[in-house]
Amino acid sequence: MADPMKIRAALNGDVVEVKALMAHPMETGLRKGSDGKLVPAHYIETVKVACNGREVLSADWGPAVSKNPFLALRFKGGKAGDKVSITWTDSAGESRTDEVAIG
Amino acid sequence: MTVDRRKFLGLTGGGGVLALCAGTGLLPRLAAALTSPLAAGDTRKPFEASTLDAVIKAFGGAASQASGDIDLRAPEIAENGAVVPIEITSKLPGTKLIAIVSEKNPHALSAAFHIPEGTEAWISTRVKIAETSNVVALVQTDKGFFHAERLVKVTLGGCGG
Amino acid sequence: MAIGNRGWALWLSALLAIAGGSLAAIGWSQDSAQDPVAEYRAMMGDDNPAVFAEDRGKELWNTAQAGGKTLAATCDLGLGVGKTRGAYAALPRYFKDTGKVQDLEARVVTCLSRLGADTATLVGKRFGDGSESELESLTAYLVEQSRGVPMAVALSHPQERKAYDLGKAIFYYRAGTHDFSCATCHSQAGKRIRLQMLPDLATPEGARAAYTTWPAYRISQGEVRTMEWRLADCFRQQRLPELEYGSPAAVALTMFLAKSADGGVLAAPGLKR
Repeated sequence: MADPMKIRAALNGDVVEVKALMAHPMETGLRKGSDGKLVPAHYIETVKVACNGREVLSADWGPAVSKNPFLALRFKGGKAGDKVSITWTDSAGESRTDEVAIG
Repeated sequence: MTVDRRKFLGLTGGGGVLALCAGTGLLPRLAAALTSPLAAGDTRKPFEASTLDAVIKAFGGAASQASGDIDLRAPEIAENGAVVPIEITSKLPGTKLIAIVSEKNPHALSAAFHIPEGTEAWISTRVKIAETSNVVALVQTDKGFFHAERLVKVTLGGCGG
Repeated sequence: MAIGNRGWALWLSALLAIAGGSLAAIGWSQDSAQDPVAEYRAMMGDDNPAVFAEDRGKELWNTAQAGGKTLAATCDLGLGVGKTRGAYAALPRYFKDTGKVQDLEARVVTCLSRLGADTATLVGKRFGDGSESELESLTAYLVEQSRGVPMAVALSHPQERKAYDLGKAIFYYRAGTHDFSCATCHSQAGKRIRLQMLPDLATPEGARAAYTTWPAYRISQGEVRTMEWRLADCFRQQRLPELEYGSPAAVALTMFLAKSADGGVLAAPGLKR
Protein backbone atom coordinates (compact mmCIF):
# COMPACT_ATOMS: atom_id res chain seq x y z
CA MET A 1 0.00 0.00 0.00
CA ALA A 2 1.38 3.33 -0.98
CA ASP A 3 2.02 6.00 1.63
CA PRO A 4 -0.62 8.72 2.04
CA MET A 5 -0.27 11.81 -0.11
CA LYS A 6 0.78 15.11 1.39
CA ILE A 7 -1.85 17.62 0.33
CA ARG A 8 -2.12 21.29 1.20
CA ALA A 9 -5.04 23.43 0.04
CA ALA A 10 -4.97 27.14 0.85
CA LEU A 11 -7.49 29.85 0.02
CA ASN A 12 -5.97 33.08 -1.36
CA GLY A 13 -8.76 35.52 -2.13
CA ASP A 14 -11.16 33.54 -4.32
CA VAL A 15 -8.50 31.10 -5.56
CA VAL A 16 -7.67 27.79 -3.93
CA GLU A 17 -4.07 26.66 -4.41
CA VAL A 18 -3.50 22.94 -3.99
CA LYS A 19 -0.04 21.43 -3.60
CA ALA A 20 0.43 17.69 -3.44
CA LEU A 21 3.30 15.26 -3.04
CA MET A 22 2.60 11.62 -3.88
CA ALA A 23 4.76 8.69 -2.79
CA HIS A 24 5.32 6.62 -5.93
CA PRO A 25 8.42 5.05 -7.58
CA MET A 26 7.43 6.20 -11.11
CA GLU A 27 9.58 3.46 -12.66
CA THR A 28 10.13 4.00 -16.38
CA GLY A 29 10.86 0.36 -17.20
CA LEU A 30 14.19 1.48 -18.65
CA ARG A 31 16.23 1.49 -15.45
CA LYS A 32 18.37 -1.44 -14.35
CA GLY A 33 18.32 -2.53 -10.72
CA SER A 34 21.33 -3.68 -8.70
CA ASP A 35 20.80 -7.21 -10.07
CA GLY A 36 21.38 -5.90 -13.61
CA LYS A 37 17.82 -6.60 -14.66
CA LEU A 38 15.38 -4.00 -15.91
CA VAL A 39 13.04 -2.75 -13.20
CA PRO A 40 9.51 -3.13 -14.63
CA ALA A 41 7.61 0.03 -15.53
CA HIS A 42 5.33 1.19 -12.72
CA TYR A 43 3.94 4.69 -12.82
CA ILE A 44 0.87 6.79 -12.11
CA GLU A 45 -1.30 7.04 -15.22
CA THR A 46 -4.19 9.21 -14.08
CA VAL A 47 -4.71 11.81 -11.40
CA LYS A 48 -8.07 13.33 -10.57
CA VAL A 49 -8.56 16.29 -8.27
CA ALA A 50 -12.01 17.18 -6.95
CA CYS A 51 -13.44 19.81 -4.63
CA ASN A 52 -16.54 18.61 -2.76
CA GLY A 53 -17.01 16.06 -5.53
CA ARG A 54 -16.65 18.55 -8.41
CA GLU A 55 -13.70 17.70 -10.68
CA VAL A 56 -11.21 20.57 -10.80
CA LEU A 57 -8.39 18.80 -12.67
CA SER A 58 -7.74 15.53 -14.41
CA ALA A 59 -4.31 14.52 -15.63
CA ASP A 60 -2.79 11.75 -17.72
CA TRP A 61 0.80 10.98 -16.86
CA GLY A 62 3.56 8.98 -18.44
CA PRO A 63 6.69 7.58 -16.76
CA ALA A 64 8.53 10.89 -17.27
CA VAL A 65 6.86 12.48 -14.28
CA SER A 66 9.47 12.45 -11.50
CA LYS A 67 9.57 9.90 -8.71
CA ASN A 68 7.46 10.95 -5.71
CA PRO A 69 5.46 13.30 -7.96
CA PHE A 70 4.69 16.91 -7.14
CA LEU A 71 1.58 18.63 -8.47
CA ALA A 72 0.17 22.10 -7.88
CA LEU A 73 -3.01 23.64 -9.28
CA ARG A 74 -5.29 26.63 -8.67
CA PHE A 75 -9.05 26.75 -8.97
CA LYS A 76 -11.95 29.03 -8.14
CA GLY A 77 -15.22 28.29 -6.36
CA GLY A 78 -13.81 26.65 -3.24
CA LYS A 79 -14.26 27.95 0.29
CA ALA A 80 -12.63 27.24 3.64
CA GLY A 81 -13.62 23.83 4.95
CA ASP A 82 -14.41 22.36 1.53
CA LYS A 83 -12.82 18.96 0.91
CA VAL A 84 -10.18 18.64 -1.78
CA SER A 85 -9.60 15.04 -2.75
CA ILE A 86 -6.94 13.59 -5.03
CA THR A 87 -7.04 10.12 -6.56
CA TRP A 88 -4.26 8.49 -8.53
CA THR A 89 -4.34 5.22 -10.43
CA ASP A 90 -1.15 3.60 -11.64
CA SER A 91 -0.07 1.25 -14.42
CA ALA A 92 -0.33 -1.73 -12.04
CA GLY A 93 -3.97 -0.91 -11.34
CA GLU A 94 -3.27 0.31 -7.82
CA SER A 95 -5.04 3.39 -6.65
CA ARG A 96 -5.06 5.77 -3.71
CA THR A 97 -7.29 8.63 -2.61
CA ASP A 98 -6.52 11.23 0.03
CA GLU A 99 -8.33 14.39 0.99
CA VAL A 100 -7.78 17.56 2.94
CA ALA A 101 -9.97 20.47 4.02
CA ILE A 102 -9.26 23.87 2.49
CA GLY A 103 -7.49 25.96 5.14
CA MET B 1 28.26 32.49 -53.97
CA THR B 2 25.56 34.86 -55.15
CA VAL B 3 23.55 31.93 -56.50
CA ASP B 4 23.77 30.18 -53.14
CA ARG B 5 22.66 33.29 -51.41
CA ARG B 6 19.72 33.69 -53.75
CA LYS B 7 18.77 30.05 -53.25
CA PHE B 8 18.86 30.62 -49.53
CA LEU B 9 16.67 33.70 -49.78
CA GLY B 10 14.27 31.85 -52.05
CA LEU B 11 13.95 29.06 -49.52
CA THR B 12 13.20 31.48 -46.76
CA GLY B 13 10.45 33.04 -48.85
CA GLY B 14 9.06 29.59 -49.61
CA GLY B 15 9.07 28.77 -45.95
CA GLY B 16 6.94 31.79 -45.28
CA VAL B 17 4.41 30.70 -47.88
CA LEU B 18 4.37 27.18 -46.46
CA ALA B 19 3.71 28.54 -43.02
CA LEU B 20 0.74 30.47 -44.39
CA CYS B 21 -0.61 27.31 -46.04
CA ALA B 22 -0.28 25.44 -42.82
CA GLY B 23 -2.17 28.21 -41.10
CA THR B 24 -5.16 27.97 -43.41
CA GLY B 25 -4.99 24.18 -43.64
CA LEU B 26 -5.43 24.01 -39.92
CA LEU B 27 -9.05 25.11 -39.96
CA PRO B 28 -10.85 21.99 -41.26
CA ARG B 29 -8.86 19.71 -38.96
CA LEU B 30 -9.50 22.00 -36.05
CA ALA B 31 -13.24 21.66 -36.66
CA ALA B 32 -12.83 17.89 -36.64
CA ALA B 33 -10.93 18.03 -33.38
CA LEU B 34 -13.65 20.10 -31.79
CA THR B 35 -16.43 17.70 -32.73
CA SER B 36 -14.56 14.53 -31.72
CA PRO B 37 -12.91 14.84 -28.31
CA LEU B 38 -10.46 12.13 -27.32
CA ALA B 39 -12.33 8.96 -26.45
CA ALA B 40 -11.70 7.62 -22.94
CA GLY B 41 -9.77 4.59 -24.21
CA ASP B 42 -7.46 6.81 -26.22
CA THR B 43 -5.94 8.77 -23.37
CA ARG B 44 -2.78 6.62 -23.49
CA LYS B 45 -2.32 7.09 -27.26
CA PRO B 46 -0.49 10.43 -27.05
CA PHE B 47 2.13 8.77 -24.81
CA GLU B 48 3.17 6.50 -27.70
CA ALA B 49 4.25 9.48 -29.79
CA SER B 50 7.93 10.29 -30.16
CA THR B 51 7.67 13.79 -31.64
CA LEU B 52 5.72 16.95 -30.83
CA ASP B 53 3.85 16.68 -34.13
CA ALA B 54 2.82 13.11 -33.34
CA VAL B 55 1.66 14.18 -29.88
CA ILE B 56 -0.51 16.93 -31.38
CA LYS B 57 -1.89 14.45 -33.90
CA ALA B 58 -2.72 11.98 -31.14
CA PHE B 59 -4.65 14.75 -29.38
CA GLY B 60 -6.63 15.21 -32.60
CA GLY B 61 -4.82 18.32 -33.85
CA ALA B 62 -2.74 19.05 -36.91
CA ALA B 63 -0.22 21.71 -36.04
CA SER B 64 0.56 24.16 -33.33
CA GLN B 65 1.58 27.81 -33.32
CA ALA B 66 4.19 29.40 -31.10
CA SER B 67 2.49 31.71 -28.63
CA GLY B 68 3.74 34.49 -26.40
CA ASP B 69 0.72 33.99 -24.18
CA ILE B 70 2.12 30.79 -22.73
CA ASP B 71 4.57 31.28 -19.91
CA LEU B 72 6.83 28.27 -19.44
CA ARG B 73 9.01 28.44 -16.36
CA ALA B 74 11.82 25.93 -16.17
CA PRO B 75 15.36 26.27 -14.88
CA GLU B 76 17.97 27.08 -17.54
CA ILE B 77 20.24 24.50 -15.96
CA ALA B 78 18.88 21.48 -14.13
CA GLU B 79 21.21 20.05 -11.52
CA ASN B 80 19.65 16.67 -12.11
CA GLY B 81 17.51 15.57 -15.04
CA ALA B 82 15.54 13.20 -12.81
CA VAL B 83 13.66 16.09 -11.24
CA VAL B 84 13.11 19.24 -13.29
CA PRO B 85 10.54 21.71 -11.94
CA ILE B 86 8.16 23.00 -14.60
CA GLU B 87 5.54 25.72 -14.22
CA ILE B 88 3.18 26.60 -17.05
CA THR B 89 0.71 29.48 -17.26
CA SER B 90 -1.53 29.92 -20.27
CA LYS B 91 -3.13 33.32 -20.84
CA LEU B 92 -4.90 31.98 -23.93
CA PRO B 93 -8.69 32.15 -23.49
CA GLY B 94 -10.47 28.80 -23.40
CA THR B 95 -7.39 26.76 -22.41
CA LYS B 96 -8.59 23.20 -21.87
CA LEU B 97 -5.38 21.20 -22.06
CA ILE B 98 -1.81 21.84 -20.92
CA ALA B 99 0.80 19.25 -21.84
CA ILE B 100 4.54 18.92 -21.23
CA VAL B 101 6.56 17.54 -24.15
CA SER B 102 10.26 16.62 -24.29
CA GLU B 103 11.19 15.30 -27.71
CA LYS B 104 14.46 13.71 -26.57
CA ASN B 105 12.73 11.56 -23.97
CA PRO B 106 11.81 7.95 -24.88
CA HIS B 107 8.17 9.11 -24.90
CA ALA B 108 7.77 12.70 -26.06
CA LEU B 109 4.73 13.39 -23.89
CA SER B 110 5.46 13.64 -20.18
CA ALA B 111 2.09 14.70 -18.82
CA ALA B 112 -1.25 16.12 -19.95
CA PHE B 113 -3.53 18.19 -17.73
CA HIS B 114 -7.19 18.69 -18.59
CA ILE B 115 -8.40 22.03 -17.29
CA PRO B 116 -12.13 22.33 -16.63
CA GLU B 117 -14.03 25.65 -16.35
CA GLY B 118 -13.17 27.39 -13.08
CA THR B 119 -9.66 25.97 -12.84
CA GLU B 120 -6.81 28.32 -13.69
CA ALA B 121 -4.71 27.50 -16.74
CA TRP B 122 -1.70 27.06 -14.47
CA ILE B 123 0.18 23.96 -13.53
CA SER B 124 3.31 23.22 -11.54
CA THR B 125 4.99 19.82 -11.48
CA ARG B 126 8.36 18.05 -11.82
CA VAL B 127 9.43 15.87 -14.72
CA LYS B 128 12.37 13.78 -15.92
CA ILE B 129 14.39 15.12 -18.83
CA ALA B 130 16.74 12.61 -20.45
CA GLU B 131 19.20 15.11 -21.89
CA THR B 132 19.69 18.78 -22.69
CA SER B 133 16.74 19.70 -24.90
CA ASN B 134 13.83 22.04 -25.50
CA VAL B 135 10.93 21.48 -23.18
CA VAL B 136 7.63 22.33 -24.84
CA ALA B 137 4.49 23.58 -23.14
CA LEU B 138 1.66 22.55 -25.43
CA VAL B 139 -1.73 24.19 -24.93
CA GLN B 140 -5.05 23.36 -26.54
CA THR B 141 -7.80 25.96 -26.65
CA ASP B 142 -11.06 26.22 -28.61
CA LYS B 143 -8.92 27.73 -31.38
CA GLY B 144 -6.41 24.90 -31.71
CA PHE B 145 -2.94 24.09 -30.43
CA PHE B 146 -0.29 26.54 -29.27
CA HIS B 147 3.09 26.12 -27.70
CA ALA B 148 6.05 27.74 -26.01
CA GLU B 149 9.45 26.18 -25.53
CA ARG B 150 12.51 26.62 -23.40
CA LEU B 151 15.94 25.05 -23.50
CA VAL B 152 16.79 23.14 -20.34
CA LYS B 153 20.40 22.09 -19.94
CA VAL B 154 20.73 18.90 -17.96
CA THR B 155 23.93 18.47 -15.98
CA LEU B 156 25.19 16.19 -13.32
CA GLY B 157 26.62 18.37 -10.61
CA GLY B 158 29.28 17.36 -8.17
CA CYS B 159 30.72 13.93 -7.78
CA GLY B 160 29.27 10.47 -7.65
CA GLY B 161 25.95 9.81 -5.97
CA MET C 1 61.57 46.49 21.41
CA ALA C 2 60.72 42.83 21.72
CA ILE C 3 57.25 43.66 23.05
CA GLY C 4 56.75 46.19 20.30
CA ASN C 5 57.61 43.63 17.66
CA ARG C 6 55.19 41.18 19.18
CA GLY C 7 52.54 43.87 19.19
CA TRP C 8 53.12 44.55 15.52
CA ALA C 9 52.99 40.88 14.74
CA LEU C 10 49.67 40.54 16.56
CA TRP C 11 48.27 43.62 14.84
CA LEU C 12 49.44 42.35 11.48
CA SER C 13 47.99 38.90 11.97
CA ALA C 14 44.69 40.43 13.12
CA LEU C 15 44.66 42.62 10.01
CA LEU C 16 45.41 39.64 7.80
CA ALA C 17 42.65 37.68 9.47
CA ILE C 18 40.18 40.50 8.82
CA ALA C 19 41.36 40.86 5.22
CA GLY C 20 41.23 37.13 4.75
CA GLY C 21 37.77 36.98 6.21
CA SER C 22 36.40 39.75 4.03
CA LEU C 23 38.03 38.27 0.94
CA ALA C 24 36.40 34.96 1.71
CA ALA C 25 33.07 36.73 2.21
CA ILE C 26 33.38 38.43 -1.17
CA GLY C 27 34.24 35.13 -2.78
CA TRP C 28 31.24 33.50 -1.18
CA SER C 29 28.67 36.08 -2.28
CA GLN C 30 30.08 36.27 -5.81
CA ASP C 31 29.87 32.53 -6.14
CA SER C 32 26.29 32.36 -4.97
CA ALA C 33 25.36 35.18 -7.36
CA GLN C 34 26.91 33.20 -10.19
CA ASP C 35 25.71 29.84 -8.99
CA PRO C 36 24.32 28.39 -12.21
CA VAL C 37 21.95 26.05 -10.44
CA ALA C 38 20.51 28.63 -8.02
CA GLU C 39 17.40 29.06 -10.21
CA TYR C 40 16.87 25.30 -10.23
CA ARG C 41 17.10 25.09 -6.47
CA ALA C 42 14.80 28.07 -5.96
CA MET C 43 12.16 26.44 -8.17
CA MET C 44 12.32 23.24 -6.14
CA GLY C 45 10.89 25.20 -3.22
CA ASP C 46 10.20 23.45 0.05
CA ASP C 47 8.12 20.56 -1.24
CA ASN C 48 10.51 17.82 -0.22
CA PRO C 49 9.66 14.13 -0.67
CA ALA C 50 11.77 13.47 2.46
CA VAL C 51 8.49 14.01 4.30
CA PHE C 52 7.49 10.43 3.40
CA ALA C 53 10.66 9.07 5.01
CA GLU C 54 9.98 11.18 8.11
CA ASP C 55 6.50 9.65 8.40
CA ARG C 56 7.83 6.12 7.99
CA GLY C 57 10.51 6.84 10.59
CA LYS C 58 7.94 8.16 13.05
CA GLU C 59 5.93 4.99 12.61
CA LEU C 60 9.03 2.82 13.18
CA TRP C 61 9.90 4.84 16.28
CA ASN C 62 6.48 3.99 17.71
CA THR C 63 6.29 0.37 16.49
CA ALA C 64 6.96 -2.48 18.90
CA GLN C 65 10.16 -4.35 18.08
CA ALA C 66 10.82 -8.10 18.48
CA GLY C 67 10.81 -7.79 22.29
CA GLY C 68 7.44 -6.04 22.33
CA LYS C 69 8.78 -2.60 23.24
CA THR C 70 9.06 0.54 21.12
CA LEU C 71 12.03 2.84 20.60
CA ALA C 72 9.85 5.69 21.85
CA ALA C 73 9.49 3.95 25.21
CA THR C 74 13.12 2.88 25.61
CA CYS C 75 15.58 4.91 23.53
CA ASP C 76 17.57 7.75 25.08
CA LEU C 77 19.13 10.00 22.46
CA GLY C 78 20.84 12.08 25.14
CA LEU C 79 17.96 14.17 26.49
CA GLY C 80 16.13 11.35 28.24
CA VAL C 81 14.13 8.31 27.16
CA GLY C 82 11.82 9.05 24.25
CA LYS C 83 12.85 12.72 24.05
CA THR C 84 13.30 13.52 20.37
CA ARG C 85 12.86 17.29 20.08
CA GLY C 86 16.30 18.93 19.77
CA ALA C 87 18.19 15.70 20.50
CA TYR C 88 19.95 15.61 17.11
CA ALA C 89 21.33 19.14 17.55
CA ALA C 90 23.46 17.94 20.48
CA LEU C 91 24.80 14.81 18.75
CA PRO C 92 27.30 13.19 18.61
CA ARG C 93 27.73 12.95 22.38
CA TYR C 94 29.21 10.63 24.99
CA PHE C 95 26.80 8.00 26.35
CA LYS C 96 27.57 6.57 29.75
CA ASP C 97 25.69 3.31 29.11
CA THR C 98 27.80 2.38 26.10
CA GLY C 99 30.95 4.21 27.19
CA LYS C 100 31.20 5.60 23.67
CA VAL C 101 30.72 8.77 21.73
CA GLN C 102 27.82 8.07 19.34
CA ASP C 103 26.18 9.93 16.53
CA LEU C 104 22.45 9.63 15.83
CA GLU C 105 22.79 6.61 13.58
CA ALA C 106 25.10 4.68 15.93
CA ARG C 107 22.78 5.47 18.85
CA VAL C 108 19.68 4.26 17.02
CA VAL C 109 21.47 0.99 16.23
CA THR C 110 22.31 0.57 19.94
CA CYS C 111 18.68 1.23 20.91
CA LEU C 112 17.38 -1.21 18.30
CA SER C 113 19.79 -3.96 19.35
CA ARG C 114 18.55 -3.69 22.95
CA LEU C 115 15.03 -4.35 21.69
CA GLY C 116 16.14 -7.56 20.02
CA ALA C 117 16.17 -6.18 16.48
CA ASP C 118 18.46 -7.91 14.00
CA THR C 119 20.86 -5.00 13.78
CA ALA C 120 23.39 -6.90 11.67
CA THR C 121 20.82 -7.07 8.90
CA LEU C 122 19.74 -3.49 9.53
CA VAL C 123 23.28 -2.18 9.32
CA GLY C 124 23.89 -4.42 6.31
CA LYS C 125 21.25 -2.54 4.37
CA ARG C 126 22.06 0.78 5.99
CA PHE C 127 22.01 2.53 2.66
CA GLY C 128 18.88 1.23 1.00
CA ASP C 129 19.41 -0.09 -2.48
CA GLY C 130 16.65 1.43 -4.55
CA SER C 131 14.46 1.64 -1.51
CA GLU C 132 14.97 3.32 1.80
CA SER C 133 16.33 1.34 4.77
CA GLU C 134 14.77 1.49 8.25
CA LEU C 135 17.80 3.37 9.54
CA GLU C 136 17.35 6.02 6.88
CA SER C 137 13.64 6.45 7.74
CA LEU C 138 14.36 6.66 11.47
CA THR C 139 17.18 9.14 10.86
CA ALA C 140 14.91 11.30 8.69
CA TYR C 141 12.29 11.44 11.44
CA LEU C 142 14.69 12.09 14.30
CA VAL C 143 16.59 14.77 12.40
CA GLU C 144 13.33 16.50 11.49
CA GLN C 145 12.61 16.66 15.22
CA SER C 146 15.45 19.19 15.48
CA ARG C 147 14.36 21.41 12.59
CA GLY C 148 14.89 25.03 13.59
CA VAL C 149 17.17 24.13 16.50
CA PRO C 150 20.74 25.55 16.47
CA MET C 151 23.58 23.03 16.49
CA ALA C 152 25.09 22.80 19.99
CA VAL C 153 27.54 19.95 20.49
CA ALA C 154 29.07 20.21 23.94
CA LEU C 155 32.60 18.70 23.83
CA SER C 156 32.46 18.66 27.64
CA HIS C 157 33.44 15.01 28.11
CA PRO C 158 37.08 14.10 27.40
CA GLN C 159 35.88 11.36 25.03
CA GLU C 160 33.96 13.96 23.04
CA ARG C 161 37.04 16.15 22.79
CA LYS C 162 39.03 13.09 21.69
CA ALA C 163 36.51 12.25 19.01
CA TYR C 164 36.59 15.83 17.75
CA ASP C 165 40.38 15.83 17.54
CA LEU C 166 40.39 12.48 15.76
CA GLY C 167 37.74 13.71 13.32
CA LYS C 168 39.76 16.83 12.59
CA ALA C 169 42.86 14.73 11.98
CA ILE C 170 40.94 12.50 9.57
CA PHE C 171 39.59 15.57 7.76
CA TYR C 172 43.12 16.75 6.98
CA TYR C 173 44.73 13.31 6.54
CA ARG C 174 45.94 12.70 3.00
CA ALA C 175 45.90 9.11 1.83
CA GLY C 176 44.91 6.71 -0.91
CA THR C 177 46.01 6.41 -4.53
CA HIS C 178 45.01 10.03 -5.18
CA ASP C 179 46.71 11.38 -2.04
CA PHE C 180 43.43 13.12 -1.16
CA SER C 181 42.10 14.35 2.13
CA CYS C 182 38.62 15.68 2.83
CA ALA C 183 40.30 19.08 2.98
CA THR C 184 41.62 18.74 -0.59
CA CYS C 185 38.11 19.47 -1.88
CA HIS C 186 36.50 21.06 1.15
CA SER C 187 38.80 23.70 2.63
CA GLN C 188 38.78 26.49 0.05
CA ALA C 189 36.13 29.02 -0.88
CA GLY C 190 34.75 28.93 -4.40
CA LYS C 191 35.84 25.41 -5.31
CA ARG C 192 33.56 23.33 -7.41
CA ILE C 193 33.26 20.06 -9.28
CA ARG C 194 31.51 20.60 -12.60
CA LEU C 195 28.63 22.92 -11.66
CA GLN C 196 28.49 21.89 -8.04
CA MET C 197 29.85 24.34 -5.50
CA LEU C 198 31.83 22.45 -2.87
CA PRO C 199 31.18 23.51 0.70
CA ASP C 200 34.23 24.94 2.46
CA LEU C 201 33.94 22.86 5.62
CA ALA C 202 36.95 24.55 7.22
CA THR C 203 34.90 27.72 7.81
CA PRO C 204 31.95 27.96 10.22
CA GLU C 205 29.69 29.32 7.43
CA GLY C 206 30.54 26.48 5.07
CA ALA C 207 30.25 23.81 7.75
CA ARG C 208 26.89 25.19 8.92
CA ALA C 209 25.47 25.37 5.39
CA ALA C 210 26.44 21.76 4.71
CA TYR C 211 25.83 20.12 8.07
CA THR C 212 22.42 21.67 8.72
CA THR C 213 21.03 20.42 5.39
CA TRP C 214 22.10 16.78 5.78
CA PRO C 215 20.55 14.17 5.88
CA ALA C 216 18.85 14.99 2.61
CA TYR C 217 16.51 13.67 -0.04
CA ARG C 218 18.98 12.82 -2.78
CA ILE C 219 17.33 13.53 -6.12
CA SER C 220 19.74 11.33 -8.06
CA GLN C 221 18.73 8.37 -5.89
CA GLY C 222 15.18 9.35 -5.04
CA GLU C 223 15.79 8.52 -1.37
CA VAL C 224 16.77 10.15 1.88
CA ARG C 225 20.47 9.66 2.55
CA THR C 226 22.14 10.16 5.93
CA MET C 227 25.25 12.07 6.99
CA GLU C 228 27.18 8.81 7.35
CA TRP C 229 26.17 7.88 3.82
CA ARG C 230 27.53 11.22 2.60
CA LEU C 231 30.82 10.68 4.43
CA ALA C 232 31.15 7.09 3.22
CA ASP C 233 30.65 8.26 -0.36
CA CYS C 234 33.37 10.90 0.05
CA PHE C 235 35.70 8.16 1.29
CA ARG C 236 34.84 6.03 -1.73
CA GLN C 237 35.66 8.88 -4.08
CA GLN C 238 38.93 9.50 -2.28
CA ARG C 239 39.74 5.82 -2.84
CA LEU C 240 40.13 5.36 0.90
CA PRO C 241 39.18 2.13 2.68
CA GLU C 242 35.44 1.79 3.22
CA LEU C 243 34.19 3.96 6.07
CA GLU C 244 32.49 1.49 8.38
CA TYR C 245 29.01 2.40 9.47
CA GLY C 246 28.90 3.62 13.07
CA SER C 247 32.66 3.12 13.45
CA PRO C 248 34.77 5.40 15.69
CA ALA C 249 36.17 7.02 12.52
CA ALA C 250 32.71 7.76 11.10
CA VAL C 251 31.49 9.15 14.43
CA ALA C 252 34.68 11.21 14.92
CA LEU C 253 34.41 12.82 11.48
CA THR C 254 30.74 13.55 12.17
CA MET C 255 31.74 15.07 15.51
CA PHE C 256 34.29 17.36 13.86
CA LEU C 257 31.74 18.58 11.31
CA ALA C 258 28.94 18.90 13.88
CA LYS C 259 31.12 21.03 16.15
CA SER C 260 32.33 23.10 13.18
CA ALA C 261 28.67 23.81 12.39
CA ASP C 262 28.04 25.10 15.95
CA GLY C 263 25.18 27.62 16.00
CA GLY C 264 23.93 26.69 12.53
CA VAL C 265 20.16 26.25 12.54
CA LEU C 266 19.12 22.77 11.45
CA ALA C 267 17.04 22.64 8.27
CA ALA C 268 17.27 18.93 7.56
CA PRO C 269 16.27 16.69 5.94
CA GLY C 270 17.30 18.88 3.03
CA LEU C 271 16.83 18.50 -0.70
CA LYS C 272 19.94 17.85 -2.79
CA ARG C 273 20.70 17.20 -6.44
